[in-house]
Amino acid sequence: MDGLKNFIEHYNYVATIVLMVAGLYIVIARGNMIKKLIGLSLFQTSVYLLYIAPGKIIGGTPPVLDPKITVYSNPLPHVLILTAIVVGIATIALGLAIVTRINEAYGTIEEDEIFAREEQE
Amino acid sequence: MRRDLILRIGVKLIIPFMMLFALYVQLHGDYGPGGGFQAGVIMAGAVIVYALIFGIEEAQRVVPRRLVEMLVPLGVLIYAGTGVIGLLHGQNFLDYSVLAADAAHGRERGILLVEAGVLVTVSSTMIALFYAFSERGR
Amino acid sequence: MLLTLLVTVTLAIVRMRNLFGVIALTGVYSFLMASVLIVYDAVDVAMTEAAVGAGVSTVLLLAALHLTKAREYPQPRPAAIPLIVAVGVGVALVWATYDLPAFGLAETPINQHVAPYYIQNAIKDTMVGNLVSAILADYRGYDTLGETTVVFTAGIGVLLLLKGRAPRRTSGTAPPTDGGAA
Repeated sequence: MDGLKNFIEHYNYVATIVLMVAGLYIVIARGNMIKKLIGLSLFQTSVYLLYIAPGKIIGGTPPVLDPKITVYSNPLPHVLILTAIVVGIATIALGLAIVTRINEAYGTIEEDEIFAREEQE
Repeated sequence: MRRDLILRIGVKLIIPFMMLFALYVQLHGDYGPGGGFQAGVIMAGAVIVYALIFGIEEAQRVVPRRLVEMLVPLGVLIYAGTGVIGLLHGQNFLDYSVLAADAAHGRERGILLVEAGVLVTVSSTMIALFYAFSERGR
Repeated sequence: MLLTLLVTVTLAIVRMRNLFGVIALTGVYSFLMASVLIVYDAVDVAMTEAAVGAGVSTVLLLAALHLTKAREYPQPRPAAIPLIVAVGVGVALVWATYDLPAFGLAETPINQHVAPYYIQNAIKDTMVGNLVSAILADYRGYDTLGETTVVFTAGIGVLLLLKGRAPRRTSGTAPPTDGGAA
């Protein structure tokens, strides 16, 4: 019974770790470069959830000051994750530009075919 | 997509509201959720949806490519310039309390200036990214 | 329950092979993530994630898909070792997160030291009511300067890589040295 109560209290974190593992698996195991970038984006967004979840206080409100309210959720993780979201999209945009140039140079974006072509030369 | 009537009329109705909403989110960043990043992305979204429906030449007639490429570093210049003003008055870098008579008003004014710089850089970068990707394929 | 939906969408993204469908599911994933963030009381972050993830990111992925004309890739490589590595990392992380305090308490160490200072002194110092904007632009303004520079650098990098038209390839594999007007 104690194990079940522990699991219910930590269910958010377990679900977030499942998302993180799925993103990691896509980056390692798939050969298509656009799908690898999508897996990287999944990994990054799961880290955002993992970071913001401990800051939530049950019974608190979003951190916008108001004279009638006394309990606010923690604003500091929100600030750091706002920066992280914008940096994440900058990474994805630059990665997609590099994938486009690779496609123009080799004619394909599958990792196996690019390795085979490199070994022939 | 230019010949599809519903898309054309719908987009013409919704783009002014998108731009107005972007301005609202930017200026109300002090009293509610909002700020520079959200407003910049919504403003870029308005230009991108116009380019998607009416074609990239029409969009570049309204928002030229040279203008967007010149706006990208302007936002960073506004931000760093606000920081350097603090240095010129003898205080620390990015100290906004020198901008007005008392410290609290000066800091509020500094926050407004800095968020404007962030809006300019983020919106013009997103539009420039879209232009670069769509011109590569023609 | 939103988290269960998120896990379902993620498993569908892992298994699906049609890249156009994968990009559409990424948009759905961003929308569900924004909803979960609102439940966590992070309204600024939810607005940014919805605008960036379901807006700009989907448009850029679709543009890249059109430029590379990537089709469904052939059968995946044998995937035993990556699966073992990924599941091993997952089990280790789940065992580590059981040490975190229970979800939603107010007496945890994360809420004790710096956050009460910001909550009590933000109005007195800056006269701005939105705590996230005040911290982002004033108390921690140096980090935001770095972030704006990162966005600027990404824009310049993409403009350098993708300026001009794509060159016509005459032979099969000879790569051109310079792509169009520099």
